[in-house]
Amino acid sequence: MIARVLHRLGLDGRTAVIAVPYLWLLMFFLVPFVIVLKISFSDAQISMPPYQPLLHWVSEKALQIQLNFGNFAFLVEDNLYWKAYLNSIWVAGVSTLLCLLIGYPMAYAIARSQSSTRNVLLLLVILPFWTSFLLRVYAWIGILKNNGLINNTLMALGVIDQPIQMLQTDFAVYVGIVYSYLPFMILPLYANLEKLDLTLLEAAADLGCRPWKSFLKVTLPLSLPGIIAGCLLVFIPAVGEFVIPALLGDPGMLMIGKVLWTEFFNNRDWPVASAVAIALLLFLVIPIMFFQRAQDAEAGGGSHR
Amino acid sequence: MATSPRDPQLKFEPWTDPDAQPYVRIDRVTKKFGDFIAVDDVSLGIYKKEIFCLLGASGCGKTTLLRMLAGFERPTAGRIYIDGVDMTDIPPYERPVNMMFQSYALFPHMTVEQNVAFGLKQDKLAKAEIAKRVTEMLELVKLGQFAKRKPHQLSGGQRQRVALARALVKKPKLLLLDEPLAALDKKLREHTQFELINIQETLGVTFIVVTHDQEEAMTLSSRIGLMNHGEIVQVGTPTEIYEYPNSRFVSEFIGSVNIFEGRLIEDEPSYVRIESDDLDRPIFVDHGVSSAPGATVWAAIRPEKMLMSREKPAGDDNWTPATVRDIAYMGDLSIYLLRLASGKVVRVTQPNVYRHADERITWDEQVYLHWDPSSPVVVTK
Repeated sequence: MIARVLHRLGLDGRTAVIAVPYLWLLMFFLVPFVIVLKISFSDAQISMPPYQPLLHWVSEKALQIQLNFGNFAFLVEDNLYWKAYLNSIWVAGVSTLLCLLIGYPMAYAIARSQSSTRNVLLLLVILPFWTSFLLRVYAWIGILKNNGLINNTLMALGVIDQPIQMLQTDFAVYVGIVYSYLPFMILPLYANLEKLDLTLLEAAADLGCRPWKSFLKVTLPLSLPGIIAGCLLVFIPAVGEFVIPALLGDPGMLMIGKVLWTEFFNNRDWPVASAVAIALLLFLVIPIMFFQRAQDAEAGGGSHR
Repeated sequence: MATSPRDPQLKFEPWTDPDAQPYVRIDRVTKKFGDFIAVDDVSLGIYKKEIFCLLGASGCGKTTLLRMLAGFERPTAGRIYIDGVDMTDIPPYERPVNMMFQSYALFPHMTVEQNVAFGLKQDKLAKAEIAKRVTEMLELVKLGQFAKRKPHQLSGGQRQRVALARALVKKPKLLLLDEPLAALDKKLREHTQFELINIQETLGVTFIVVTHDQEEAMTLSSRIGLMNHGEIVQVGTPTEIYEYPNSRFVSEFIGSVNIFEGRLIEDEPSYVRIESDDLDRPIFVDHGVSSAPGATVWAAIRPEKMLMSREKPAGDDNWTPATVRDIAYMGDLSIYLLRLASGKVVRVTQPNVYRHADERITWDEQVYLHWDPSSPVVVTK
């Protein structure tokens, strides 16, 4: 029945199956993106919704489009935005590096562990997802605050007499981001390292490579796709992160996610907020696209085996 | 080329020279994995420039023995010496030994050239020297034009040659080859066998080859060590292993064989007679056997050494009537399956010397099977 209907529409089953995810992406990614893009080119005004339409009729027969580039110009003129962008990229970059330094050995250890314990270890990595992300960040407040777990323990042990200010510092933000995004680093790395052919390491040893050098010459370069996937999965959401700096960080800390929130909810300046979002997207997407192109070029002729 | 093991004029048989020292000495090596004994008290001496084949079914311990020579496994007991140096506790990266892996284990992220140069770079050789040796080696395996390719852009045979080049370029004292030809198709395998022998003769490196393929072992090796359940059951040249097997296992593992169980009824230093329930007449063997009279022995006769005739053979021994049950025509030869009066089926091969089939023995024919007194091999286990 369904097949016949599809056929009448000029679709075969294969096209229909592929069409579903494309429709989904169109509806929930492309359309909202276009809306945001549209808003970023409009003028703010006090109304519902709080911006002027792009298109309006000047007479019966003329439709006028009015693009306002002022929002983007504003982003460049006001160095608040620049600073926020740079700070966000810095924080995300440092967090990604920390995630890599912590996650790589963990993924490596899991991939090399016995298959019986491997599943348990993987489960432990995924386990935090059972609890809401927000709750877990709140839990860190309890751990880091002045009369929180760490400070109380250290004071009870007599290591310190004054609580160490940890909450509302950059340190807390890094702790929160690294903690929250670590699984996204471990899982792709594990998937990659687990596939590594161990006879390659034997071959390296056979050819005179000490274990540490075998790691640098064989394991590390072969795990590069896993490293890149993990880093992107951590870096991209970390750049736009809002919740963690808002809850754990210094209120004065400039992060682009927070700037966006302020523009949108406090200033009710949707056009500028949209321009911030679009600029952020370009900041992230363009380097990634270049990177992908470079990778495809290097694979040269496809990596079919 | 002077000491070529293939050259019948200049015999290469260091194992027959009592003064020759083995180049590789495996001294009472045992390897256990938990309760499982993979290699059981093996002692072997392998001489310089040999191609020594470790032959056996899968799980017989041949690969474990090879991995101990490479240094990937440590023996539970026993020592391994290469060129007089105790290697038992030396890690793989410090051994003057290279291995060609069954899967080839080429580094997928490196070009052919980089793969071959890898070992030399570890030795911190000068760049020019590395480049020179890599080029030479790639020429030797005829891969010069593929130097810039990645392994996934090569065919199976080409990858095999890269693996060989990578293992040989360091001029190891000993090259270990784990099923070197297993991944190649039949035609390529035969061709590569001879190429491998040529390369070995050119470079004069000692080869130890692990294989489960008896044909490969026969064509490649100077000597074969046949393994079963972690033990070496016989060591010898291909001819010795084929013509003088020391047990039923060896005779049956290499080639096909007809085995007759029987008792010694005459036991003289220069000849024996064996009576078998499968045969009407005794088997007469023209050499002595070290076994007690009346003991159970087995006479093994190769299919190509059994002859068929329509006339009754002269003499009282070494023949039996039989009926042709089946014939398999293989082109160069035909395999006959004949049934004896006892019901035992015997395998006979006959070369097809003539093209016309008129005179050939055919299905259901009654024939006489006979053999030369020198043909049976008498084994006592």
